[in-house]
Amino acid sequence: MATVLKQFIRDAFEETTTGNRSYHIWMGVLTALMCLGAYSYSVQLRAGLAVTGMHDHVSWGLYISNFTFLVGVAAAAVVLVLPAYVLDDVDFGRAVLMGEAVAVSAVIMAISFVVVDVGGPARLWHAIPGIGLLNWPQSMLAWDIIVLNGYLVMNFCIPLYILLAHYQGRQPDKRRYVPFVMLSIFWAVSLHLVTAFLYAGLASRPYWNNALMGPRFLATAFAAGPALMILILEVIRRKTDFDVGDATIHKLSLVVTVAAQISVIMLLSELFKEFYFPTHHSLSAQYLYFGLDGKASLKPFIWLSVGMVLMATLVLTLHPLRKRVGWRNTACVLLFLGILLEKGLGTIIPGFIPEPWGRIDEYVPTWIELTVSLGIWALGAFVFTVLAKAAIPIELGRKRFIA
Amino acid sequence: MKPDLFPILNNIAPPQECCSKPSGAKQLLDRPMDRRTAAGVMAGALVAGMGLLSTSCSITASASEKEQAHLDWEAIFQGNYRLMTEDEKKNTVERLQRSHELHTGKTVRVSAAEPKEKVLYGYAFNVSKCRGYMDCVRACTKENNQDRASDMKYIRIHEHAKGEMNFEHAQDDFFHEVPAAGHFYMGTQCFHCQNPPCVPVCPVGATWMEPDGIVVVDYDWCIGCRYCMAACPYDARRFNWAEPQVPEQEVNPNQHYLGNRPRKKGVVEKCTFCIQRSRDGRNPACVEACPTGARVFGNLLDPDSEIRWILANKKVFRLKEDLGTEPKFWYYMD
Repeated sequence: MATVLKQFIRDAFEETTTGNRSYHIWMGVLTALMCLGAYSYSVQLRAGLAVTGMHDHVSWGLYISNFTFLVGVAAAAVVLVLPAYVLDDVDFGRAVLMGEAVAVSAVIMAISFVVVDVGGPARLWHAIPGIGLLNWPQSMLAWDIIVLNGYLVMNFCIPLYILLAHYQGRQPDKRRYVPFVMLSIFWAVSLHLVTAFLYAGLASRPYWNNALMGPRFLATAFAAGPALMILILEVIRRKTDFDVGDATIHKLSLVVTVAAQISVIMLLSELFKEFYFPTHHSLSAQYLYFGLDGKASLKPFIWLSVGMVLMATLVLTLHPLRKRVGWRNTACVLLFLGILLEKGLGTIIPGFIPEPWGRIDEYVPTWIELTVSLGIWALGAFVFTVLAKAAIPIELGRKRFIA
Repeated sequence: MKPDLFPILNNIAPPQECCSKPSGAKQLLDRPMDRRTAAGVMAGALVAGMGLLSTSCSITASASEKEQAHLDWEAIFQGNYRLMTEDEKKNTVERLQRSHELHTGKTVRVSAAEPKEKVLYGYAFNVSKCRGYMDCVRACTKENNQDRASDMKYIRIHEHAKGEMNFEHAQDDFFHEVPAAGHFYMGTQCFHCQNPPCVPVCPVGATWMEPDGIVVVDYDWCIGCRYCMAACPYDARRFNWAEPQVPEQEVNPNQHYLGNRPRKKGVVEKCTFCIQRSRDGRNPACVEACPTGARVFGNLLDPDSEIRWILANKKVFRLKEDLGTEPKFWYYMD
């Protein structure tokens, strides 16, 4: 086993460090962005979170918003996992390793966004049970720490086991990995629900304290996540010989469509509740969609987001349009960006505005936050590229273990 | 005591136990193993620690530098205050005192005074008497060594126009002569809820309610995630977005571990009913500073206390009672 692993790592290293010119440019750009993010983070570490746009009244900003969105992307890997492993759907079978690579990258990004958000990253060991004190089960954040790390380990180990089997030219033993697959399906749904409960459990923030929070998180995640998958799979089939086939893409786009439709219905019911008879508890929604006291920094973004999601849902709902590559890909881009905007700016930030006694103190992210966030996104893209680049030749049967 | 008059007094439950087994690096270090072995477990802190270690072993560093490095090294592995034994608490505050002395040449007294038996603190605010002078705000900042650079305040004074009590329409950043005609004033701060929503959310148990009802933060255990700030419905918590600045000559040397000792950047802090004073049998600084007598502080379990007289004889109310947080902070009018 040790020699297999050794050769596997050597092959993977060789595979990820060789490639054509565009591959090297891509990785070079990502590395540069990561360096930029690391520099900005070093500034933040020295000066404190004062260099961000956050303040006592909007105490979570771009970092936690990105974290929330990425947890959803990670959870959406289950869309591929469920039919492929359980129902033995070969269509999804080829795409599933890519799905899990996306999940791993998204979880790494989500964890990074939490780490850059805390005031004392050097004290994070306080959350490690045994040497620290994890306030579980009271704190939803403690739950989130557990599910995030568990999900990361599972989505790393399951595909690794399968890849290693393929690498040795044999079929993986179902009895060994299917139980973990079942667990990870359950885990993915709870991952996103737990993150929604983190907000929904706070009576202090009426905008979040809402039973639809969890379901709407799931619906948008199952739209944005697979939409991203479709785009990634389209790129991979164009850039490499690894072709998942049209059938998989069509099935995925159907998942995206249904999830997008459900999320639009949920958006409508939320808007109805907030605006049919606006109360004190609707102030955040009023601020978000129309502005309050002449302050409306989020208004253009949320309407842009609503427009993008509605447009994409319409395109995807019409069968002839969804079946055309150009339309489908455009709709996926719109949907992904629309949900990113909605989760990024329209979910976390308005929960803090107005603050508990009614002041409207707005939030504008600084360059430090933007560049750190960009660096983390580059890290995610880098991790995904490495994982996919190493896995594809094995899946295609080009790289094999030679005893 | 009439049960229906003071529902809160009947709801006093012992503080939630979040954990029973000892934890924290300090506790780990106290196990029968040598320091080096234990330190090996703390991989995350090693990088920072090695620098300090090299200073403490250096032959060029002075004795006080070495001592400082040794104290800083110990601080990295400090456990959760709530789980410390009496001895550990004593050692910790002694280390903090010595560290402050080495840094500034001045001595401070860091107390680790425990809550007194049969004491539950409560607060009452007389809306009729407050005239918006803000002496309480200034006294609070001075007493509690708050960051001067960001002008951090625990207390907010809201100016309401007469005829309504909608906080959204109130002003808390007024700059004019007070009391302004046609207006009245209300102060908000941490209400030390008996059912505090900020406490269970903390992922590392760095904040809790003491047996005498004061909600406190262990500044050295807080990781700065700010979940408690999101959970508080009263805007009671403050975060140190940068390294707090307090001019050395203005530092209040009379400190408590859970109270006004200097904080560091990246941690949450809040009103502690001036724990360094109240556990000494004194009133909080805001009560002492108020020129109109609008602020009353006392022991809710003492039937002869002024606060109990107010609860029994005035028409009192609390803010956002519908949330079930059971604030120990009442408003009343003459």
